[in-house]
Amino acid sequence: MSFTAAKWRGHFPLLAAHRDLHYLDNAATGQLCEAALDAVTSHELLHRANVLRGTYRLAEQADAAYENARRQVAAYLNAASADEVVFTAGTTASINLVAHAFGEGLNAGDEVVLSLAEHHSNFVPWQMLRERRGVLLRILPLTADGRIDLSRLAETLTPRCRLVAVTHASNVTGAVTDLAAIVAVARAVGARVLVDGAQAVQHGPVDVAALGADFYAFSGHKAYGPTGVGVLWGRGEALAALPPFLGGGGMIGRVTVEETTYAPPPRRFEAGTPPIAQAVGLGAALDWLRVQPWADMHAHTARLAQRLIDGIAVLPGLTFLGPRDLKQRLPIVSFNLEGIHPHDACQVLDGHGVAVRGGHHCAQPLMDFFGVQGAVRASLAPYNDEADIDALLAGLKDAMRKLG
Amino acid sequence: MSDDLYQQAIVDLARSADGAGRLEAPDGTAQGDSPLCGDRVRMDVKLDGGRILALAYDVKGCLLCRAAAAAIGRHAAGLDAAQLAAVRSEVAALLAGTEAEQPWPELGNFLPVRAHRNRHGCVLLPFDTLVAALDSAQRA
Repeated sequence: MSFTAAKWRGHFPLLAAHRDLHYLDNAATGQLCEAALDAVTSHELLHRANVLRGTYRLAEQADAAYENARRQVAAYLNAASADEVVFTAGTTASINLVAHAFGEGLNAGDEVVLSLAEHHSNFVPWQMLRERRGVLLRILPLTADGRIDLSRLAETLTPRCRLVAVTHASNVTGAVTDLAAIVAVARAVGARVLVDGAQAVQHGPVDVAALGADFYAFSGHKAYGPTGVGVLWGRGEALAALPPFLGGGGMIGRVTVEETTYAPPPRRFEAGTPPIAQAVGLGAALDWLRVQPWADMHAHTARLAQRLIDGIAVLPGLTFLGPRDLKQRLPIVSFNLEGIHPHDACQVLDGHGVAVRGGHHCAQPLMDFFGVQGAVRASLAPYNDEADIDALLAGLKDAMRKLG
Repeated sequence: MSDDLYQQAIVDLARSADGAGRLEAPDGTAQGDSPLCGDRVRMDVKLDGGRILALAYDVKGCLLCRAAAAAIGRHAAGLDAAQLAAVRSEVAALLAGTEAEQPWPELGNFLPVRAHRNRHGCVLLPFDTLVAALDSAQRA
């Protein structure tokens, strides 16, 4: 299968409807691919019913679609079983699920290790757990260019460490975490590892078996799927060891007045009616993504990222956040221009048809580390092309003229 | 059109930074944070008989936020809490697009912000912080 950005772009209906749009906010939300849109539409038109409850044919069709989506996600992740795939509302819900269910087993003095590069969704649930259970949070420091400082692993992961929760890739710097090194040290001290995969899954299939982590969380909407759905993958024995988080219909074995027994995973963690059509859409998106020519697509987005990095490098007053080596990073490029607030830059860029994000990117501890309040972030997808980068660069020059 | 926001008058207003700084021994101080973008405003006030005798501010924020703070720096001295609350309401109404008086001439520069709902908070943050600073001074 040969790849061109234009051909790939043709699979995204919104981009066809907005031909002048330079959409470079893919780290916030990827556009919905037609495979997902078609699957959601078809499901809602032909197979809409609640799941795991009905015995009529329509309900059984809905069951089949929902469970097929679970298999499609498992295939994308190279999971050992579809039963290791829990559908949630998104990455945040997945992490909160672990923070509550795994956190139930933690006590005062137990330690949870995070990195300074985490999104708030992988910070706040653990701070809340600290308030509930008295656990100690230890923070992995960063190198000057924003990568997790692996030289500090051994001293940070003590024998009291019960869980390491780290991002697969930073939503600000694009820095990719060396998970193998972290997993090895975590294993040595007997800790579980949770990976926030929100920024990684959309850049190609993930091999959870090879990563060696225990939990992997991500969102559908960043992976060209619908909003409102996400995934918590958990290694079979790791999920089986967890109590439920939310209680309600669908997650039980038997309910009596006296007590409730719980269903095995994944249903144990899917209380209430799940996001059925959204899961079906996500399954379709990942099924389509799984067979894309990723080597070509990575080369394409890396070329664009380099074009952008080279283009901003000559602008006066540039502060660049993150590693410059493209081998260590995803095509997520964050920066500041002296004297121009990120929101103002983004507003001017909007006038050029360029959609980028400015602000703290829900990563205020990382912003504090860099000594900035926020940054402009351009995050690339394979449907982007040179014209998108050039429009961004032209818009930045205009912003400097107006505001600098 | 986003560019409408950045007319020369509002750029000049922000650059003027009128009233920026810190007060020595203020009667009240407040800090306001924008959860959306991380902007931060600190306001110091001195009061005289319930009215603002002097104020100073420090803004780490966008141009709209700095421009709103500069308008405050030019005009807020002499206001009491009720008058300040009225100005804040009029600014909110101006942004919401409802009819409102423009108590200060510079506030007309913020009319293009109406179309950008996510930026309304940038303009209001200095006003809300000043309200909080005044409140803290009166409670001190």
